Amino acid sequence: MSDLRDLYEEVILDHNRSPRNFQKKPQGANRHAYGFNPLCGDEFTVHLVVEDGIVKDVGFEGAGCAISTASASMMTQAIKGKTEEEVHALFRKVHDLLIHDGHGEPPDIGKLRVLAGVHAYPNRVKCATLAWHTLNAALENTQHETVTTE
Amino acid sequence: MSTVEHSIATTNVSAFDVNKIRGDFPALHQEIHGHPLIYLDTGATAQKPQAVIDALSHFYAHDYANVHRAVHTLGERATQAYEGAREKMRKFIHAASTREIVFVRGTTEAINLVAQSFARPALRAGDEIILTQMEHHSNIVPWQLVCEQTGAVLRVVPVNDDGELVIEELEKLISPRTRLLTLVHLSNALGTINPVRRIIAAAHAANVPVLLDGAQAAPHLGVDVQDLDCDFYAFSGHKLYGPSGIGVLYAKETLLDAMPPYHGGGEMIRYVSFDKTEYNELPYKFEAGTPNIAGAVGLGAAIDYLTGVGIAEIAAYESDLLHYATKAAGGIPGLRLIGTARDKASILSFELEGVHPHDIGTILDRQGIAVRAGHHCAMPIMRRFGVPATTRASFGMYNTRTEIDALISGIQKAKELFR
Ligand SMILES: Cc1ncc(COP(=O)(O)O)c(C=O)c1O
Repeated sequence: MSDLRDLYEEVILDHNRSPRNFQKKPQGANRHAYGFNPLCGDEFTVHLVVEDGIVKDVGFEGAGCAISTASASMMTQAIKGKTEEEVHALFRKVHDLLIHDGHGEPPDIGKLRVLAGVHAYPNRVKCATLAWHTLNAALENTQHETVTTE
Repeated sequence: MSTVEHSIATTNVSAFDVNKIRGDFPALHQEIHGHPLIYLDTGATAQKPQAVIDALSHFYAHDYANVHRAVHTLGERATQAYEGAREKMRKFIHAASTREIVFVRGTTEAINLVAQSFARPALRAGDEIILTQMEHHSNIVPWQLVCEQTGAVLRVVPVNDDGELVIEELEKLISPRTRLLTLVHLSNALGTINPVRRIIAAAHAANVPVLLDGAQAAPHLGVDVQDLDCDFYAFSGHKLYGPSGIGVLYAKETLLDAMPPYHGGGEMIRYVSFDKTEYNELPYKFEAGTPNIAGAVGLGAAIDYLTGVGIAEIAAYESDLLHYATKAAGGIPGLRLIGTARDKASILSFELEGVHPHDIGTILDRQGIAVRAGHHCAMPIMRRFGVPATTRASFGMYNTRTEIDALISGIQKAKELFR
């Protein structure tokens, strides 16, 4: 059981229990995307308020497992106030972290580091990336498309 | 009671020796993450007895050649093995003739075959096909395709809160426009055994043919297609402890006779010129190309194994396991069973308050327990129960009460971790 704690760190369990910026569609939201993992049925909609190239506010709705919910919740905290370029850069770092091959230094991404535990569970990586792919789609404003992790 | 009867009864009971059976399945004897493997995903696919593995390797090592084509000895042996498997299959499901046993890739292909070769030519715009809310995607999508092609429409039989079909609604849906009723015999998502005999009688009273998806029923219930009087019966070898990539479509001979071929190619013809092609006799008309020869042989070995143990004995044993598991799961606070039909087999589907099925799946896997977490290719019934997914433990003849105890304590651990 102890190695399960590497995946289900207290921070992850906490974000799963009480996700931040959840069930919220911020006023003035102007970018949206829906993401879906057909493997397990996880689905999230991400809403963004983007003004002058800055993510002013963010919220998400939907349902998923602890990993996908916590990842989405932490993501919303991490991107608020960032420029679109910064968010893109963060997306790439998280992506690298999750599929990190163990060579070289893992990317420096602060609190989001807890997601690194997912790396040891290859069939859960898509859970952790779902919200991020959805975020990417929202930024590109492909709101009418469904993002899937398959 | 006479002594003879008594001795038969005793033999039957002692014949079901789960430890002996477990010894026949090499895959069960391994450790996963430092724990003995507990395989509770037989609903997805069954593990294979050594007899099946040996039959495959013996066939490839000694008797392999193409079937129905060669005058040489290996060709003869391969054909005999392949056709021998067809005869075993006929007996297993009590079909009247091997002409009614079409080898296909599996349930999915069998249903597509019926949709395209039986339904499509007959369907007109506005015609109706009845199916149920608890179908596997493989018994939904082929019908949606054929509806797009013909303008026919689907009518869906609802399911009650216990996961049972609402039979009165089903009977009301049968109309003069109904061309086919298709339904699952034993639901992979809920474990419900549908009252197919009654349903078939109701459909036949209105001259509506019936297809049964027997993917789950064939390994767990025992099937007699003549007794059921179903028109089509589809199932997969891999859930029957046989190889993957082989399955069976049973259909009444008169129906198969009237149906055009599904695929064109070799094997399914008697005579070909560019003006006219004459099709081969049944069942070869529906077996275009080189078939899954070894798959059929392996499936034959699986049938021998199953009948050796006894399908009735297996059903009784699994039924006891399911009762035991249902009772134990009922004692876990926050656990809700999805599928509480009176008549059930081999499947325990549930949700656990506060813990997503995908997380339960991972946590159990770390304890060596393999379950399925997801929508089980049956999204409409998940929606019916208001859940995106469930955790499903499914049982086979090799599972034990001890393994169910481990499952229950594994679920408890998931609860603790998420507290
Ligand atoms: C009830 C039911 N129908 C159909 C199928 C599809 O079987 P296959 O994938 O072998 O074609 C399955 C298997 O998952 C099933 O459980």
